[in-house]
Amino acid sequence: MIAVLIVATLAASVAAGTSLLYATLGEIVAERAGVINLGLEGVMLAGAAAGCAATSVTGNPYWGVLAAVLAGAAISVVFAYAVVDCGANQLAAGLSLLFLGLGVSALIGRPYSGAIIHGLPSMSLRAPLEQGAAVLSVDALVLLALPATALVWWALSATRWGLRLRAVGENPAAAFAAGCNRRRLQYQAVLLSGACSGLAGAHIALAVAFTWAEGMTGGRGFIAIALVMFARWNPWAAVAGALVFGGAEALQLQLQASGLDVSPFLMNMLPYVLTLAALPLTGRAGRLAAPAALGRPYTGVE
Amino acid sequence: MQIERTFWKVLIAFAAFGLVLLIAGKHPLQAYADTAVFVLGSLEGFTELFVRMSPLVMAALAVSIPARIGLFNVGGEGQIYMGALFATGTALSLAHAPSWLLLPATLASGFAGGAVWALIPALMRIKGVANEAITTLLLNYIAPLAVGYMIFGPWRSPESLSYPQSPKLVEGARLAVLPGTRLHAGLLIAAACLALCAYVLYRTRWGLEMRAIGGNALASQHLGLPVRSYIGACMAIGGGIAGLAGMAEVSAIQGRLVAEISPGYGYMGFLVAWLAGPSAAKTVAMAFLLAFISSVGDVLQITQGVPFAVVNILMAAILFSVLCGGKRAGALQ
Repeated sequence: MIAVLIVATLAASVAAGTSLLYATLGEIVAERAGVINLGLEGVMLAGAAAGCAATSVTGNPYWGVLAAVLAGAAISVVFAYAVVDCGANQLAAGLSLLFLGLGVSALIGRPYSGAIIHGLPSMSLRAPLEQGAAVLSVDALVLLALPATALVWWALSATRWGLRLRAVGENPAAAFAAGCNRRRLQYQAVLLSGACSGLAGAHIALAVAFTWAEGMTGGRGFIAIALVMFARWNPWAAVAGALVFGGAEALQLQLQASGLDVSPFLMNMLPYVLTLAALPLTGRAGRLAAPAALGRPYTGVE
Repeated sequence: MQIERTFWKVLIAFAAFGLVLLIAGKHPLQAYADTAVFVLGSLEGFTELFVRMSPLVMAALAVSIPARIGLFNVGGEGQIYMGALFATGTALSLAHAPSWLLLPATLASGFAGGAVWALIPALMRIKGVANEAITTLLLNYIAPLAVGYMIFGPWRSPESLSYPQSPKLVEGARLAVLPGTRLHAGLLIAAACLALCAYVLYRTRWGLEMRAIGGNALASQHLGLPVRSYIGACMAIGGGIAGLAGMAEVSAIQGRLVAEISPGYGYMGFLVAWLAGPSAAKTVAMAFLLAFISSVGDVLQITQGVPFAVVNILMAAILFSVLCGGKRAGALQ
C-alpha cells in the first residue's frame, strides 16, 4: 500500500513538476536580468487559455502549445514596457500583469470552459505493482524539460549573451559602461520568461487537466516565484525544487485517491504550506545569491 | 494636476478595455450605458456602490498602512477570509452571550483573524526569510481553503444541502443594516478606520516615524526607531482592518459564513491604495471608482455573458496606464 503510494506519487510528481519547472526557468532568466515578474500566474493562465482555444480550433495540441508560448510572450510585452522603459515599480507592474492574465484568459477560455479537449499525445510507462500500476505519462513537454533546463543553464553561464544578461541584473550602470544594451537584454529576458510561463500553462491545460477552467493554475505561478529563491537562481536546482513541489501536489492527489479520511481542503493546502515552510530553508547564503539589482528600476543614464 | 491626470488615465483605460471587448465581439458602449443606467437609475444599483465601497476602503487600508513604511501587502484577500473565519467562530461559540458583548467580540475576532494572517509574512520579513509580497500572495490561497474546510466540515449547517455554509449567526452578532437596502454599519467602520489612519499618519509621532521609515528604513534604524516593531504593527493593523471587512461581509451581508466571501476585494483594494496613495479623500474616490468597475463586471456578466473576471483587464489597464504614465517618475519618488 505504502509502496504503491510512493511510486504513484513519484510518477505523478513529474507531470505536476514539469509546468512548475518551465515557469521557474523563465523566472530565473528574468530575475537574473534584474526583473522580478510577480505576474507569472497571469501569464500561465493566458497560456493555458490560448492553448485550449488553439487546440480546439485546429485539433492539433502542438498548435495549442505554440499559441500558448506566443500568448505568454505577447501578454508580457506590456509588463516589459512598464518596467524596462518606464521604470515602473516591478511588484506593482507584476500584479497588473496578473490582473491582465486573469481577465484575458477568462475572455479567451470562456467558450471552452469545461469542455474536454484532446490533449498532448503521451506515452505511458507502467510500473506493475501488486495493486494496480503506477503510470508515468510522458509527453513532449516532459521530454523537453531537462534539455530546456540544460539550455537555460548553458545560455546563462556559458554564452556572451548570458554574461551580459547577468551583468545587467547585478549592476546595470556598470553593464552600460561595458557596452551592454540593458533595454534589449531585459526585454529579451522578460519575453522569454513570458514564453516559458505560457508553456507551463499549456502543460497544465493540455497534459494534466485536458480542459479550461477559470483560475485553473491555482497559484502555481506564485509557487514558481518562491521556487526561484529556493533554487538560488540556479536552473539545475530548480529541477529538484520542481520535483519536490510537484510531489506535494501529486501526494495530495494520491492521498485523496487512496480514500484517506482527511478533508480535501486541508490536503489542498499542502503545496502552499510546504512552499512557505521551505522559504526559511533557503538560508542566508541563498538570499545572498540574489542578483544585486533585482527589483530596482534603473535610473542611470543610457 | 494629479487628479486631472488620473482622470485621463482612467478614461484611456476604459477606452482600451472597450476596444478589447469590441475585438471579442461584445458591445462595450452598451455595457457602459447599461452600467450607468443601473447605477444611477435605481436605488438598488446606487446603494450597491456604497455597499461595495466599505470592503474596498478597508482592503485599501490593508495595503496602504504597510505601504507607508515601504511594505507590499498583497494579502488583503486572504486577510478578509481569515477575518470572516475568526468572526464566525466567535459568533457561533458565543451565540448565547448578550448582544453588548457578542458584537464587539465578533468585531475583535474579525480584526484578530486578519491581523494573525498578516503577522506571518511580517515575521518572515523581519527574520529576513522572504519578501512579504510573495508570502502574502501564497497565504491568499490558504485562507479560502480554511474557510472551505470549516463550512464543509465542523460548521456545516444541517439545513444546507447542496450549497454548504455555516449556520446562521444569531441576531446579536449581526451588524445593523439600513432597512430596504443592503447598506450596513460596515461603511461606518470603514469611515472610522480611514479617519483614524489619516489622523495617526499626519497628527501623531507614530505617523511621523512611519513616514521616516518609509523614506529611509536604514537611516531610521540607525536613528533608533524600532523598525521591526513597526513592520509587525503596520502589517497586523492593516491585516486586521481587512479582517474587519471580512467580518462585515459575514455579519451584515451574508449572515453566515459562505465559501465566496469576497469577489476579489483584496486585489481591488490593492489597486485603490496604489492609485490613491496616502490621501484619505483619494482613497474614497478610488474605492468609488473600483465599486463602479465591479458593477461593470456584473452588468457584463448578466447582459453579455462575459465572465466577471474579465473586468480584471480594466483593472490592469488602469494600473498599467498609471505605472507607465509618469515615465521614470516611479523610480524617482
